[in-house]
Amino acid sequence: MKPARFEYLAPTSVEEAVSLLVEGGEDAKLLAGGQSLVPLMNLRLAQPSVLIDLNKVEGISSITESEDAVVIGSMARHRAVAESEVVRRFLPLLAESAGHIGYPAIRARGTIGGSIAHADPVSEFPCACLCLHAEFVLTGPAGTRQVRAEDFFVSYLTTALSPDEILTEVRFPKPSPGLGWGFLELARKTGDFALAAVAATVALSPDGTCSEASIAVAGGGDRPLRMVEAETMLKGNQGDDVIARAATAAATSSNPPSDIHSSGDFRRQMIEVLTRRVLTAAWGNARRGE
Amino acid sequence: MSNTSEVRIQINGEVFERHVEPRKLLSDFIREDAALTGTHVGCEHGACGACTVLLDGEPVRSCLMFAAQADGMVLETVESLASTPANLHPIQEAFWEKHGLQCGFCTPGMLLTTKALLEKNPDPSEDEIRQAIAGNICRCTGYVFIVDAIKDAAARCSSEGDR
Repeated sequence: MKPARFEYLAPTSVEEAVSLLVEGGEDAKLLAGGQSLVPLMNLRLAQPSVLIDLNKVEGISSITESEDAVVIGSMARHRAVAESEVVRRFLPLLAESAGHIGYPAIRARGTIGGSIAHADPVSEFPCACLCLHAEFVLTGPAGTRQVRAEDFFVSYLTTALSPDEILTEVRFPKPSPGLGWGFLELARKTGDFALAAVAATVALSPDGTCSEASIAVAGGGDRPLRMVEAETMLKGNQGDDVIARAATAAATSSNPPSDIHSSGDFRRQMIEVLTRRVLTAAWGNARRGE
Repeated sequence: MSNTSEVRIQINGEVFERHVEPRKLLSDFIREDAALTGTHVGCEHGACGACTVLLDGEPVRSCLMFAAQADGMVLETVESLASTPANLHPIQEAFWEKHGLQCGFCTPGMLLTTKALLEKNPDPSEDEIRQAIAGNICRCTGYVFIVDAIKDAAARCSSEGDR
Protein backbone atom coordinates (compact mmCIF):
# COMPACT_ATOMS: atom_id res chain seq x y z
CA MET A 1 0.00 0.00 0.00
CA LYS A 2 1.15 3.49 -0.75
CA PRO A 3 0.81 5.35 2.56
CA ALA A 4 2.49 4.27 5.79
CA ARG A 5 0.29 2.79 8.52
CA PHE A 6 -1.85 5.12 10.59
CA GLU A 7 -4.73 5.05 12.98
CA TYR A 8 -7.91 6.46 11.42
CA LEU A 9 -10.35 8.46 13.52
CA ALA A 10 -13.54 10.07 12.27
CA PRO A 11 -15.00 12.38 14.92
CA THR A 12 -18.44 13.92 14.42
CA SER A 13 -18.02 17.13 16.42
CA VAL A 14 -15.42 19.88 16.62
CA GLU A 15 -14.98 19.27 20.37
CA GLU A 16 -14.27 15.59 19.76
CA ALA A 17 -11.86 16.42 16.95
CA VAL A 18 -9.95 18.87 19.14
CA SER A 19 -9.59 16.39 21.99
CA LEU A 20 -8.43 13.67 19.56
CA LEU A 21 -5.92 16.15 18.17
CA VAL A 22 -4.61 16.88 21.67
CA GLU A 23 -4.43 13.14 22.49
CA GLY A 24 -2.78 12.33 19.17
CA GLY A 25 0.12 14.63 19.93
CA GLU A 26 2.76 15.66 17.47
CA ASP A 27 2.19 12.96 14.87
CA ALA A 28 -1.55 13.49 14.56
CA LYS A 29 -2.74 15.15 11.39
CA LEU A 30 -6.10 16.54 10.33
CA LEU A 31 -7.60 15.29 7.07
CA ALA A 32 -9.88 17.76 5.30
CA GLY A 33 -10.41 17.31 1.54
CA GLY A 34 -7.18 15.35 1.24
CA GLN A 35 -6.16 16.88 -2.08
CA SER A 36 -2.77 17.98 -0.74
CA LEU A 37 -2.26 15.72 2.28
CA VAL A 38 -3.10 12.38 0.65
CA PRO A 39 -0.62 12.89 -2.24
CA LEU A 40 2.04 13.61 0.40
CA MET A 41 1.01 10.46 2.29
CA ASN A 42 1.00 8.35 -0.89
CA LEU A 43 4.55 9.52 -1.55
CA ARG A 44 5.33 8.94 2.14
CA LEU A 45 6.54 12.50 2.46
CA ALA A 46 3.95 12.72 5.25
CA GLN A 47 3.57 9.79 7.65
CA PRO A 48 1.14 10.80 10.37
CA SER A 49 0.58 8.09 12.98
CA VAL A 50 -2.95 9.31 13.66
CA LEU A 51 -5.24 10.69 10.98
CA ILE A 52 -8.25 12.66 12.17
CA ASP A 53 -10.79 12.89 9.39
CA LEU A 54 -12.90 16.05 9.57
CA ASN A 55 -15.33 14.96 6.85
CA LYS A 56 -17.91 13.65 9.32
CA VAL A 57 -17.71 16.65 11.66
CA GLU A 58 -21.06 18.36 11.68
CA GLY A 59 -21.67 22.07 11.34
CA ILE A 60 -18.44 23.19 9.69
CA SER A 61 -19.29 23.14 6.01
CA SER A 62 -22.10 25.63 5.63
CA ILE A 63 -21.97 28.98 3.85
CA THR A 64 -24.09 31.65 5.54
CA GLU A 65 -24.41 35.42 5.67
CA SER A 66 -25.00 37.70 8.61
CA GLU A 67 -25.67 41.40 8.51
CA ASP A 68 -22.05 42.34 8.02
CA ALA A 69 -20.24 39.12 7.15
CA VAL A 70 -20.15 36.03 4.96
CA VAL A 71 -19.21 33.01 7.03
CA ILE A 72 -17.85 29.88 5.36
CA GLY A 73 -17.31 26.68 7.30
CA SER A 74 -13.80 25.32 6.88
CA MET A 75 -15.05 22.05 5.32
CA ALA A 76 -16.95 23.80 2.52
CA ARG A 77 -15.69 22.32 -0.76
CA HIS A 78 -14.14 24.50 -3.44
CA ARG A 79 -17.03 23.73 -5.72
CA ALA A 80 -19.57 24.77 -3.07
CA VAL A 81 -17.72 28.06 -2.60
CA ALA A 82 -17.52 28.65 -6.36
CA GLU A 83 -21.23 27.96 -6.85
CA SER A 84 -22.66 29.53 -3.68
CA GLU A 85 -25.21 32.29 -4.36
CA VAL A 86 -24.06 34.18 -1.26
CA VAL A 87 -20.42 34.02 -2.28
CA ARG A 88 -21.13 35.00 -5.88
CA ARG A 89 -23.20 37.95 -4.74
CA PHE A 90 -20.95 39.38 -2.03
CA LEU A 91 -17.54 37.88 -2.78
CA PRO A 92 -17.33 37.36 -6.55
CA LEU A 93 -13.55 37.51 -6.28
CA LEU A 94 -13.56 34.46 -4.00
CA ALA A 95 -15.89 32.53 -6.32
CA GLU A 96 -13.65 33.38 -9.27
CA SER A 97 -10.52 32.28 -7.41
CA ALA A 98 -12.15 28.96 -6.46
CA GLY A 99 -12.67 28.16 -10.13
CA HIS A 100 -8.91 28.32 -10.67
CA ILE A 101 -8.14 25.62 -8.10
CA GLY A 102 -7.17 22.37 -9.79
CA TYR A 103 -9.78 20.45 -11.74
CA PRO A 104 -13.44 19.47 -11.26
CA ALA A 105 -12.43 16.35 -9.32
CA ILE A 106 -10.15 18.38 -7.04
CA ARG A 107 -12.82 21.02 -6.47
CA ALA A 108 -15.37 18.35 -5.56
CA ARG A 109 -13.25 17.26 -2.58
CA GLY A 110 -10.86 20.05 -1.63
CA THR A 111 -11.97 22.41 1.15
CA ILE A 112 -11.41 26.09 1.84
CA GLY A 113 -10.11 25.35 5.33
CA GLY A 114 -7.71 22.71 4.07
CA SER A 115 -6.32 25.03 1.45
CA ILE A 116 -5.84 27.86 3.96
CA ALA A 117 -4.29 25.65 6.65
CA HIS A 118 -1.96 24.03 4.10
CA ALA A 119 -0.76 27.54 3.19
CA ASP A 120 0.89 26.81 -0.11
CA PRO A 121 2.19 30.25 -1.14
CA VAL A 122 0.82 29.84 -4.68
CA SER A 123 -2.67 28.79 -3.55
CA GLU A 124 -5.68 30.83 -4.63
CA PHE A 125 -7.71 30.92 -1.40
CA PRO A 126 -4.99 32.30 0.90
CA CYS A 127 -4.38 35.08 -1.64
CA ALA A 128 -8.10 35.85 -1.99
CA CYS A 129 -8.58 35.78 1.80
CA LEU A 130 -5.75 38.25 2.26
CA CYS A 131 -7.21 40.59 -0.35
CA LEU A 132 -10.73 40.35 1.12
CA HIS A 133 -9.64 40.96 4.77
CA ALA A 134 -10.79 37.53 5.94
CA GLU A 135 -10.54 36.40 9.52
CA PHE A 136 -10.03 32.77 10.50
CA VAL A 137 -11.71 31.17 13.49
CA LEU A 138 -9.36 28.69 15.16
CA THR A 139 -10.78 26.26 17.68
CA GLY A 140 -8.56 24.67 20.32
CA PRO A 141 -8.89 23.13 23.77
CA ALA A 142 -9.20 26.59 25.34
CA GLY A 143 -11.95 27.75 22.98
CA THR A 144 -11.81 29.83 19.84
CA ARG A 145 -9.74 32.77 18.69
CA GLN A 146 -9.85 34.84 15.54
CA VAL A 147 -6.78 35.58 13.49
CA ARG A 148 -6.68 37.98 10.56
CA ALA A 149 -5.45 36.57 7.25
CA GLU A 150 -2.66 39.16 7.42
CA ASP A 151 -1.34 37.63 10.65
CA PHE A 152 -2.08 33.99 9.77
CA PHE A 153 0.32 33.16 6.96
CA VAL A 154 3.79 32.91 8.44
CA SER A 155 5.94 31.25 5.80
CA TYR A 156 6.00 28.39 3.31
CA LEU A 157 3.35 25.87 4.53
CA THR A 158 3.49 27.52 7.96
CA THR A 159 0.65 29.34 9.70
CA ALA A 160 -0.38 30.76 13.05
CA LEU A 161 -2.32 27.55 13.81
CA SER A 162 -1.15 25.83 16.98
CA PRO A 163 -0.72 22.05 16.81
CA ASP A 164 -3.87 21.61 18.94
CA GLU A 165 -6.09 23.96 16.92
CA ILE A 166 -8.49 23.40 14.05
CA LEU A 167 -9.47 26.04 11.52
CA THR A 168 -13.24 25.91 11.75
CA GLU A 169 -14.56 29.03 10.04
CA VAL A 170 -13.57 31.68 7.54
CA ARG A 171 -15.27 35.06 8.00
CA PHE A 172 -15.35 37.73 5.33
CA PRO A 173 -16.58 41.23 6.04
CA LYS A 174 -19.27 42.14 3.51
CA PRO A 175 -17.72 44.58 1.06
CA SER A 176 -19.18 48.02 0.52
CA PRO A 177 -21.56 48.18 -2.46
CA GLY A 178 -19.90 48.97 -5.75
CA LEU A 179 -16.50 47.58 -4.81
CA GLY A 180 -14.52 46.72 -7.93
CA TRP A 181 -12.61 43.48 -8.06
CA GLY A 182 -10.35 41.32 -10.17
CA PHE A 183 -8.55 38.00 -9.93
CA LEU A 184 -6.09 36.64 -12.48
CA GLU A 185 -3.76 33.71 -12.45
CA LEU A 186 -0.97 32.46 -14.67
CA ALA A 187 -0.32 28.72 -14.73
CA ARG A 188 1.44 26.46 -17.20
CA LYS A 189 -1.85 24.82 -18.00
CA THR A 190 -5.48 25.02 -16.84
CA GLY A 191 -5.76 23.86 -13.26
CA ASP A 192 -2.03 23.60 -12.66
CA PHE A 193 -0.34 25.30 -9.73
CA ALA A 194 -0.14 29.04 -10.29
CA LEU A 195 3.16 30.58 -11.26
CA ALA A 196 1.61 33.79 -9.97
CA ALA A 197 -1.86 35.05 -9.13
CA VAL A 198 -3.11 38.50 -8.18
CA ALA A 199 -6.31 39.53 -6.40
CA ALA A 200 -7.39 43.15 -6.06
CA THR A 201 -10.33 45.26 -4.97
CA VAL A 202 -10.82 48.95 -5.63
CA ALA A 203 -13.36 51.38 -4.15
CA LEU A 204 -13.98 54.61 -6.02
CA SER A 205 -14.90 58.09 -4.77
CA PRO A 206 -17.62 60.10 -6.57
CA ASP A 207 -14.90 61.83 -8.62
CA GLY A 208 -13.59 58.46 -9.88
CA THR A 209 -10.42 58.44 -7.82
CA CYS A 210 -9.50 55.46 -5.68
CA SER A 211 -10.69 55.66 -2.07
CA GLU A 212 -9.63 52.15 -0.99
CA ALA A 213 -7.51 49.47 -2.60
CA SER A 214 -6.47 46.00 -1.57
CA ILE A 215 -3.97 43.95 -3.54
CA ALA A 216 -2.70 40.45 -2.71
CA VAL A 217 -0.21 38.37 -4.65
CA ALA A 218 0.32 34.59 -4.68
CA GLY A 219 3.65 33.25 -5.86
CA GLY A 220 5.54 36.36 -4.86
CA GLY A 221 7.34 34.82 -1.90
CA ASP A 222 7.03 32.29 0.91
CA ARG A 223 3.43 33.35 1.66
CA PRO A 224 0.68 35.42 0.05
CA LEU A 225 1.69 39.07 0.16
CA ARG A 226 -0.32 42.26 0.63
CA MET A 227 1.00 45.00 -1.63
CA VAL A 228 0.72 47.93 0.77
CA GLU A 229 3.00 50.29 -1.15
CA ALA A 230 1.03 49.81 -4.36
CA GLU A 231 -2.24 50.29 -2.49
CA THR A 232 -1.03 53.57 -1.03
CA MET A 233 0.01 54.84 -4.46
CA LEU A 234 -3.51 54.27 -5.80
CA LYS A 235 -5.38 56.14 -3.09
CA GLY A 236 -6.66 59.53 -4.22
CA ASN A 237 -5.54 58.86 -7.78
CA GLN A 238 -6.88 57.47 -11.04
CA GLY A 239 -5.74 56.63 -14.56
CA ASP A 240 -3.57 54.13 -16.38
CA ASP A 241 -0.34 55.77 -15.28
CA VAL A 242 -0.89 55.23 -11.58
CA ILE A 243 -2.11 51.68 -12.24
CA ALA A 244 1.11 50.98 -14.13
CA ARG A 245 3.21 52.47 -11.33
CA ALA A 246 1.34 50.46 -8.70
CA ALA A 247 1.88 47.28 -10.75
CA THR A 248 5.60 48.00 -10.90
CA ALA A 249 5.62 48.56 -7.14
CA ALA A 250 3.88 45.20 -6.59
CA ALA A 251 6.51 43.46 -8.70
CA THR A 252 9.33 45.22 -6.85
CA SER A 253 7.83 44.26 -3.48
CA SER A 254 7.70 40.58 -4.54
CA ASN A 255 10.53 38.15 -4.10
CA PRO A 256 9.42 35.13 -6.09
CA PRO A 257 11.44 31.92 -6.05
CA SER A 258 13.03 30.28 -9.10
CA ASP A 259 12.25 26.64 -9.82
CA ILE A 260 11.95 24.24 -12.76
CA HIS A 261 8.68 25.86 -13.86
CA SER A 262 9.89 29.43 -14.08
CA SER A 263 12.62 31.79 -13.01
CA GLY A 264 11.94 34.26 -10.23
CA ASP A 265 12.50 37.12 -12.72
CA PHE A 266 9.80 35.80 -15.02
CA ARG A 267 7.40 35.45 -12.10
CA ARG A 268 8.15 39.02 -11.03
CA GLN A 269 7.41 40.31 -14.53
CA MET A 270 4.19 38.35 -14.60
CA ILE A 271 3.16 39.78 -11.21
CA GLU A 272 3.53 43.23 -12.76
CA VAL A 273 1.43 42.29 -15.80
CA LEU A 274 -1.25 40.53 -13.74
CA THR A 275 -1.45 43.39 -11.22
CA ARG A 276 -1.92 45.91 -14.00
CA ARG A 277 -4.67 43.85 -15.63
CA VAL A 278 -6.41 43.05 -12.35
CA LEU A 279 -6.45 46.70 -11.27
CA THR A 280 -7.76 47.75 -14.68
CA ALA A 281 -10.52 45.14 -14.39
CA ALA A 282 -11.36 46.22 -10.82
CA TRP A 283 -11.57 49.86 -11.89
CA GLY A 284 -13.79 48.83 -14.76
CA ASN A 285 -16.38 47.00 -12.65
CA ALA A 286 -16.31 49.38 -9.65
CA ARG A 287 -19.17 51.83 -9.21
CA ARG A 288 -18.46 55.34 -8.00
CA GLY A 289 -19.37 56.00 -4.38
CA GLU A 290 -22.14 58.38 -3.35
CA MET B 1 -2.02 -0.02 14.78
CA SER B 2 -2.91 -1.95 11.67
CA ASN B 3 -6.47 -2.11 12.90
CA THR B 4 -8.97 -2.90 10.20
CA SER B 5 -12.45 -1.55 10.01
CA GLU B 6 -15.51 -2.73 8.19
CA VAL B 7 -16.70 -0.61 5.32
CA ARG B 8 -19.81 -0.84 3.19
CA ILE B 9 -19.50 0.85 -0.15
CA GLN B 10 -22.08 0.67 -2.89
CA ILE B 11 -20.40 0.44 -6.27
CA ASN B 12 -22.49 0.35 -9.44
CA GLY B 13 -25.52 -0.75 -7.44
CA GLU B 14 -23.77 -3.59 -5.63
CA VAL B 15 -22.82 -3.31 -1.97
CA PHE B 16 -19.29 -4.38 -1.07
CA GLU B 17 -18.70 -5.11 2.61
CA ARG B 18 -15.05 -5.64 3.44
CA HIS B 19 -12.57 -5.29 6.28
CA VAL B 20 -9.86 -2.87 5.26
CA GLU B 21 -6.81 -1.22 6.72
CA PRO B 22 -7.32 2.53 7.14
CA ARG B 23 -4.50 3.23 4.71
CA LYS B 24 -6.17 1.34 1.87
CA LEU B 25 -6.87 3.83 -0.89
CA LEU B 26 -10.32 3.87 -2.42
CA SER B 27 -8.74 3.15 -5.83
CA ASP B 28 -7.15 -0.02 -4.42
CA PHE B 29 -10.43 -1.01 -2.76
CA ILE B 30 -12.21 -0.72 -6.09
CA ARG B 31 -9.58 -2.77 -7.93
CA GLU B 32 -8.58 -5.32 -5.29
CA ASP B 33 -11.56 -5.75 -2.97
CA ALA B 34 -14.37 -5.11 -5.44
CA ALA B 35 -12.36 -6.64 -8.33
CA LEU B 36 -13.43 -3.82 -10.65
CA THR B 37 -10.24 -3.22 -12.59
CA GLY B 38 -11.74 -0.76 -15.06
CA THR B 39 -10.65 2.02 -12.72
CA HIS B 40 -7.01 2.64 -13.60
CA VAL B 41 -4.32 3.91 -11.27
CA GLY B 42 -1.66 6.02 -12.95
CA CYS B 43 0.25 8.41 -10.74
CA GLU B 44 -1.44 7.59 -7.41
CA HIS B 45 -0.95 11.09 -6.17
CA GLY B 46 -3.75 13.00 -7.78
CA ALA B 47 -1.98 14.34 -10.86
CA CYS B 48 -3.23 12.18 -13.73
CA GLY B 49 -6.98 11.69 -13.31
CA ALA B 50 -6.99 8.06 -14.53
CA CYS B 51 -8.60 6.84 -11.29
CA THR B 52 -11.53 9.30 -11.46
CA VAL B 53 -14.82 7.80 -10.25
CA LEU B 54 -18.18 9.33 -9.44
CA LEU B 55 -18.86 9.69 -5.71
CA ASP B 56 -22.49 10.55 -5.06
CA GLY B 57 -22.50 11.75 -8.68
CA GLU B 58 -19.44 13.98 -8.50
CA PRO B 59 -16.08 13.19 -10.08
CA VAL B 60 -13.38 12.49 -7.51
CA ARG B 61 -9.91 11.00 -7.60
CA SER B 62 -10.16 7.64 -5.94
CA CYS B 63 -6.41 7.63 -5.18
CA LEU B 64 -6.89 10.68 -2.93
CA MET B 65 -9.46 9.05 -0.65
CA PHE B 66 -9.20 6.21 1.78
CA ALA B 67 -11.72 3.41 1.43
CA ALA B 68 -12.72 4.01 5.05
CA GLN B 69 -13.87 7.50 4.09
CA ALA B 70 -16.26 6.13 1.47
CA ASP B 71 -18.11 3.99 4.03
CA GLY B 72 -21.81 4.30 3.31
CA MET B 73 -21.29 6.18 0.06
CA VAL B 74 -22.42 5.45 -3.48
CA LEU B 75 -19.82 5.08 -6.23
CA GLU B 76 -19.99 4.69 -9.97
CA THR B 77 -17.05 3.32 -11.89
CA VAL B 78 -16.55 2.88 -15.63
CA GLU B 79 -18.17 -0.56 -15.41
CA SER B 80 -21.48 1.16 -14.68
CA LEU B 81 -21.65 2.77 -18.11
CA ALA B 82 -22.33 -0.13 -20.50
CA SER B 83 -25.26 -2.37 -19.58
CA THR B 84 -23.71 -5.21 -21.59
CA PRO B 85 -20.47 -5.38 -23.59
CA ALA B 86 -22.56 -5.08 -26.74
CA ASN B 87 -24.62 -2.19 -25.43
CA LEU B 88 -22.29 0.73 -24.85
CA HIS B 89 -23.22 3.99 -23.17
CA PRO B 90 -23.61 6.86 -25.69
CA ILE B 91 -20.44 8.45 -24.27
CA GLN B 92 -18.54 5.21 -24.95
CA GLU B 93 -20.02 4.99 -28.44
CA ALA B 94 -18.88 8.53 -29.12
CA PHE B 95 -15.34 7.79 -27.93
CA TRP B 96 -15.28 4.68 -30.13
CA GLU B 97 -16.71 6.46 -33.16
CA LYS B 98 -14.46 9.53 -32.90
CA HIS B 99 -11.28 7.65 -31.95
CA GLY B 100 -11.24 9.32 -28.54
CA LEU B 101 -8.70 6.81 -27.25
CA GLN B 102 -5.57 5.02 -28.27
CA CYS B 103 -3.99 2.98 -25.47
CA GLY B 104 -7.09 3.39 -23.31
CA PHE B 105 -5.34 3.97 -20.01
CA CYS B 106 -6.88 7.39 -19.36
CA THR B 107 -10.24 6.43 -20.87
CA PRO B 108 -12.14 5.35 -17.72
CA GLY B 109 -11.34 8.70 -16.10
CA MET B 110 -12.18 10.58 -19.29
CA LEU B 111 -15.54 8.82 -19.63
CA LEU B 112 -16.63 9.51 -16.07
CA THR B 113 -15.39 13.10 -16.16
CA THR B 114 -17.41 13.49 -19.36
CA LYS B 115 -20.49 11.98 -17.74
CA ALA B 116 -20.28 14.43 -14.83
CA LEU B 117 -19.70 17.33 -17.23
CA LEU B 118 -22.68 16.50 -19.45
CA GLU B 119 -24.99 16.06 -16.48
CA LYS B 120 -24.20 19.61 -15.38
CA ASN B 121 -23.76 21.11 -18.81
CA PRO B 122 -25.47 19.13 -21.61
CA ASP B 123 -24.14 21.38 -24.38
CA PRO B 124 -20.60 22.42 -23.45
CA SER B 125 -18.45 24.65 -25.64
CA GLU B 126 -15.04 23.39 -26.74
CA ASP B 127 -13.48 25.63 -24.11
CA GLU B 128 -15.70 24.19 -21.38
CA ILE B 129 -14.84 20.67 -22.54
CA ARG B 130 -11.13 21.39 -22.41
CA GLN B 131 -11.50 22.98 -18.95
CA ALA B 132 -13.40 19.94 -17.70
CA ILE B 133 -10.82 17.38 -18.85
CA ALA B 134 -7.77 19.48 -17.97
CA GLY B 135 -7.13 17.20 -15.00
CA ASN B 136 -7.25 14.00 -17.04
CA ILE B 137 -3.91 13.42 -18.67
CA CYS B 138 -3.72 11.57 -21.99
CA ARG B 139 -0.30 10.89 -23.46
CA CYS B 140 -1.52 9.38 -26.76
CA THR B 141 -4.11 11.44 -28.51
CA GLY B 142 -3.16 15.07 -28.14
CA TYR B 143 -6.75 15.50 -26.93
CA VAL B 144 -8.14 16.56 -30.33
CA PHE B 145 -10.16 13.38 -30.87
CA ILE B 146 -11.16 13.27 -27.21
CA VAL B 147 -12.67 16.74 -27.53
CA ASP B 148 -14.42 15.61 -30.75
CA ALA B 149 -15.73 12.56 -28.91
CA ILE B 150 -17.12 14.63 -26.05
CA LYS B 151 -18.87 16.97 -28.49
CA ASP B 152 -20.35 13.92 -30.17
CA ALA B 153 -21.28 12.44 -26.79
CA ALA B 154 -23.12 15.64 -25.88
CA ALA B 155 -25.13 15.40 -29.11
CA ARG B 156 -25.88 11.70 -28.56
CA CYS B 157 -26.91 12.19 -24.92
CA SER B 158 -29.20 15.11 -25.68
CA SER B 159 -30.87 13.32 -28.61
CA GLU B 160 -31.32 10.33 -26.33
CA GLY B 161 -32.96 12.60 -23.80
CA ASP B 162 -35.33 13.84 -26.52
CA ARG B 163 -36.50 10.37 -27.42
